[in-house]
Amino acid sequence: MDVLGMYAKIIAIGLEFTQGLFGPELGAAIFTLVKTSVLIMLIVAPLLGAVAYLTLLERKVIGYMQVRIGPNRVGPLGLLQPIADGVKLVFKEIIIPSGADKILFVLAPVITLTVAMAAWAVVPFSPKVVLADVNAGLLYIMAITSMGVYGIIVAGWASNSKYAFLGAMRAAAQIVSYEIAMGFALVCVLLVSQSLNLTDIVSGQEKGYFADMGLNFLSWNWLPLAPMLLVYFISGVAETQRAPFDMAVGESEIVGFHVEYSGMLFGVFSMGEYANMILVAFLTTIMFFGGWAAPIDSTVFNAIPGFLWLFGKVLCVLILFLWFRATFPRYRYDQIMRLGWKVFIPLTIVWLVLIAAWMQTPFSIWK
Amino acid sequence: MAEKIREFFKTFLLIELLKGMAVTGRYLFARKITIQYPEEHTPQSARFRGLHALRRYPNGEERCIACKLCEAVCPALAITIESEERADGTRRTTRYDIDLNKCIFCGFCEESCPVDSIVETRILEYHGEKRSDLHYTKEMLLAVGDRYEAEIAKDRASDAQYR
Repeated sequence: MDVLGMYAKIIAIGLEFTQGLFGPELGAAIFTLVKTSVLIMLIVAPLLGAVAYLTLLERKVIGYMQVRIGPNRVGPLGLLQPIADGVKLVFKEIIIPSGADKILFVLAPVITLTVAMAAWAVVPFSPKVVLADVNAGLLYIMAITSMGVYGIIVAGWASNSKYAFLGAMRAAAQIVSYEIAMGFALVCVLLVSQSLNLTDIVSGQEKGYFADMGLNFLSWNWLPLAPMLLVYFISGVAETQRAPFDMAVGESEIVGFHVEYSGMLFGVFSMGEYANMILVAFLTTIMFFGGWAAPIDSTVFNAIPGFLWLFGKVLCVLILFLWFRATFPRYRYDQIMRLGWKVFIPLTIVWLVLIAAWMQTPFSIWK
Repeated sequence: MAEKIREFFKTFLLIELLKGMAVTGRYLFARKITIQYPEEHTPQSARFRGLHALRRYPNGEERCIACKLCEAVCPALAITIESEERADGTRRTTRYDIDLNKCIFCGFCEESCPVDSIVETRILEYHGEKRSDLHYTKEMLLAVGDRYEAEIAKDRASDAQYR
């Protein structure tokens, strides 16, 4: 691809230039640092933009489903609304409760957002474009997303408020519970794709009985692993604390871990939540919907670049998130726990055994 | 037993959830009912009870005869009237104040008026920046009446057959 060739050329010129300035070894080290920082910016900046505009999309979609028209006053079609929201949040006073641990209080939202951003290191955008092509990418994502609980626990504890603390306990228990079901669902995926590398997981879905017939989309993991897709996606919704599992934002009946937060500190929590939403949407697409693969092997569909397919699928999954929020009433806390422990975990374990057994039979479709 | 099996599949295939999503999904494309206020308005009745006004006869004589029925009927005690005899021997108000902070816009003053002097107009977009700004005096009320007389007269005429 031409872009990749250009990228390689830029890298070579840059490396030569820095080595000329600082000598061969130090130059290479500095260049790697600069290159990685620039690449991280290239992922994080669009991601933050996507987070901002996802909030607008959410308000628009939910508004439309409630027969309203949503925000349309700031800029054409309300397109500057996220910027107005951001400016408002920045200028709001940050109230730190007396008796709160100031450092941890400020650190908690930072942890949440950092973790939500860090997971993107291994997410592939097309066969060659990925920041870190790690072999254990799936494991890395599972590990990093689990860290998100720290942000919540620390926020609840540092607030020095019993409500925030209890809310943090609830949220942490919820996230930890659903992580298990999520993990088992992903174990099924890695079982059939025989790889932890996200790029390999996608390319593994591009072959199979139906793919040979040109019907790529029937070869993707969602069909043989349909129950796992459901478990994974619903767990993902619960994991990101989105409706109908959004205990934390149920101000009227129960308070969450961020009751004491205001202004931009609260805003950072929201950004983390939306970044996690986009991450779960990307992972669902990559694990179950063939990533950047075109749904049908035809010249017209193949002409569309892979990353557009990927973003299109991700957008569909994201709209599903918003659709859920517009449709379902909030779960009660004991129902959340019941669903996680008594429905999802048994279901995933049974399906894991079934898939493993299926792969041992001659009827296995994964070769 | 069959009932139980059906229930099982109903739960695990998420039938009810999909039905719910179908409903909200349909409404995504429904016609929106939002009225974008400063540019659009909801339709208003001719009987709308908004800002008060004092009317005049076509010859410029003020209608009010200071009978004080409105003051008596006002449930919020928002109206204050003082009167005396004018040079031509008629009874006229020297003071006619409505405190719009107190007014509940019930329309009793308009209903009680024997000469259709005090009326409530369709005006609803007015404001006061201080509390005293909403204390309307006789001059202010007459000014409102003079300004909107055409609309006021039209609304009274359209409602006349029901009174």
